[in-house]
Amino acid sequence: MNVQIIELVLVTIVTAATPLIIASVGELVVERAGVLNLGVEGMMIAGAAIGFAVAFLTGSTFLGALAAIAAGMFMSLLFGILAVGLAANQVASGLALTILGLGSAGLAGASFVGQKRESAASLYIPGLSDLPLVGKLVFGEDMFVYTALALVIAVSWFLNRTRAGLALRAVGENHGSAHALGLPVRRTRMLAVLFGGACAGLAGGYLSLAYTPFWSPGMTAGRGWIALALVVFSSWKPWRLLAGALLFGGATVLQLHAQAASIGLPGQVLSALPYLATILALVVLSLRNRRGSIAPGSLGTPFIPDR
Amino acid sequence: MQKIASIASTITLALALSTGALAADKLKIGFVYVGPVGDFGYSYQHDQGRLAMQKALGDKVETTFLENVPENDSERSIEQLARTGHKLIFTTSFGYMDPTLKVAKKYPDVMFEHATGYKRDKNVATYSARFHEGRYVIGQIAGKMTKSNTIGYVAAFPIPEVVSGINSFYLGALSTNPNVKLKIVWANTWFDPGKEADAAKALLAQGADIISQHTDSAAPLQEAEKAGKLGFGQASNMERFAPKAQLSAIIDDWSGYYTARAQLALDGKWTSTDTWDGIGKKMVIMAPFKNMPDDVKAMAEKTTAAIGSGALNPFKCPVLDQAGKDQCKAGAAALEDGQVLSMNWYVKGIDDKVPQ
Repeated sequence: MNVQIIELVLVTIVTAATPLIIASVGELVVERAGVLNLGVEGMMIAGAAIGFAVAFLTGSTFLGALAAIAAGMFMSLLFGILAVGLAANQVASGLALTILGLGSAGLAGASFVGQKRESAASLYIPGLSDLPLVGKLVFGEDMFVYTALALVIAVSWFLNRTRAGLALRAVGENHGSAHALGLPVRRTRMLAVLFGGACAGLAGGYLSLAYTPFWSPGMTAGRGWIALALVVFSSWKPWRLLAGALLFGGATVLQLHAQAASIGLPGQVLSALPYLATILALVVLSLRNRRGSIAPGSLGTPFIPDR
Repeated sequence: MQKIASIASTITLALALSTGALAADKLKIGFVYVGPVGDFGYSYQHDQGRLAMQKALGDKVETTFLENVPENDSERSIEQLARTGHKLIFTTSFGYMDPTLKVAKKYPDVMFEHATGYKRDKNVATYSARFHEGRYVIGQIAGKMTKSNTIGYVAAFPIPEVVSGINSFYLGALSTNPNVKLKIVWANTWFDPGKEADAAKALLAQGADIISQHTDSAAPLQEAEKAGKLGFGQASNMERFAPKAQLSAIIDDWSGYYTARAQLALDGKWTSTDTWDGIGKKMVIMAPFKNMPDDVKAMAEKTTAAIGSGALNPFKCPVLDQAGKDQCKAGAAALEDGQVLSMNWYVKGIDDKVPQ
């Protein structure tokens, strides 16, 4: 392999990992607040449809990305009203959100099927972006990639270094105690859910605006579910999540390149590689955490304040 | 999740069906699609066929479709159409085969048509298209147009339809360029634009300058366009996604078949038949040949015509497998239909193995 191919592989890995990073970092915050939102796929596809529609109509990728965020937030608001406001079953509400998202995105995007637009612009810094190996990788990505990285840094800092982050974690670990301490459990959870929706919407927008710049129903192809798995995989830690997404994207992309380079492994084995890697990592992680569950204590349990 | 989405859409359609089942004098015709009509590929083309039939027969027919119907849960969708007065029902995906036969037994006065399958009954006909004929034509174009002598092929699953497509494509390419090499990447999905695009990128990185695909989204073709290379559309004309890259596309055109079958049903002359048509009967159509010199275009048109008239068969004998053994029956002019429909081996010259 020459330098150009290596660079291309690395760039492809980053772009394949980006939607996973964005969607799962949002879900991570939601789950750290004690809410399990299984509707990531539905919010993503809504973001992909609305993001593409707005970008197509206005001609602006940036407005499209904003619309994708808004669409994801709107979807998560519905979930929040049910699961946080009315203390409905979170699993059922989340699954309903996925169904609603897939259906309404198909409807909203129907008139945009078969339309295409230019891919989101990439950063270009004369000199730096032309450097061999790292040029395109570090200085030549589109804005979504940098946003994804910024989100991981920001979420990590927020959860571990701020008072509000501590409060959010307290709400997720034990909502009864948090409530007794006077923390606004439901408000915190609602905000977390909205943040998760915004991230999922943006991740969907990335798919239809940058990754493959067109709209098609079902184009998320299960990435929302992978994002959910990544949150567990990362044991609810942002930096591990980044590593996990890169590992998953990396394994997916590498197996495609291995096939193209005719490295004599059967396609199905190579396709299974990302999942094998995920299982392996999960085993290693759970061996290291034998003391017990590493999930937030109140994850998935509805909170009804006693007065 | 498509499954749950489709259940939801089935429920909505069930409501629509129950209110619209009044007009008794018209022939009610139902369609079941595996994907969304907006996939701009396989299911989209079936729906175009439905619309063309509706237009051709006008007031005499009334059509309904169910989209996103998962194969393993299709029986009740098919039965629902039969129960709501549909007298002719087209089920358009391979996996609907057994459910269609099961429902057909319960509704002997309803006519069923199953696409791409091989099991028939008194009231179940089958139909499919010779997609591999189109692949021979685009293979020839690819052989002529490649400068690196390396052609990339994004494939979905190692089933006979895809494998025979690869073989036909390669034989076409070989006939115009003896030095051509084929690189195949299995995406293991029919539809995942992101993964299909990454597969195309991998092939481009390995020096392929033409991308052919047997997956359903326009993403691989769009990658070729982005890289300044060439490619082919799949199932429908994808020119709008890649005006500079699309050389041609294999279009599935079901409109003639659907109209003819509905007319037979109207006339009371419908019988269970097995149809496998290609370029000759215009069930497979080549999109306009573009982005190529005139001599290549003329060659492609000539080959299309020759296949259409039956003068040329992509699998004309001898057809050697990778071990060099002739797979033809003794004295045959070409591989038999059954051999093509069950193909699970590569022809000589493809430097790869069929995943088992």
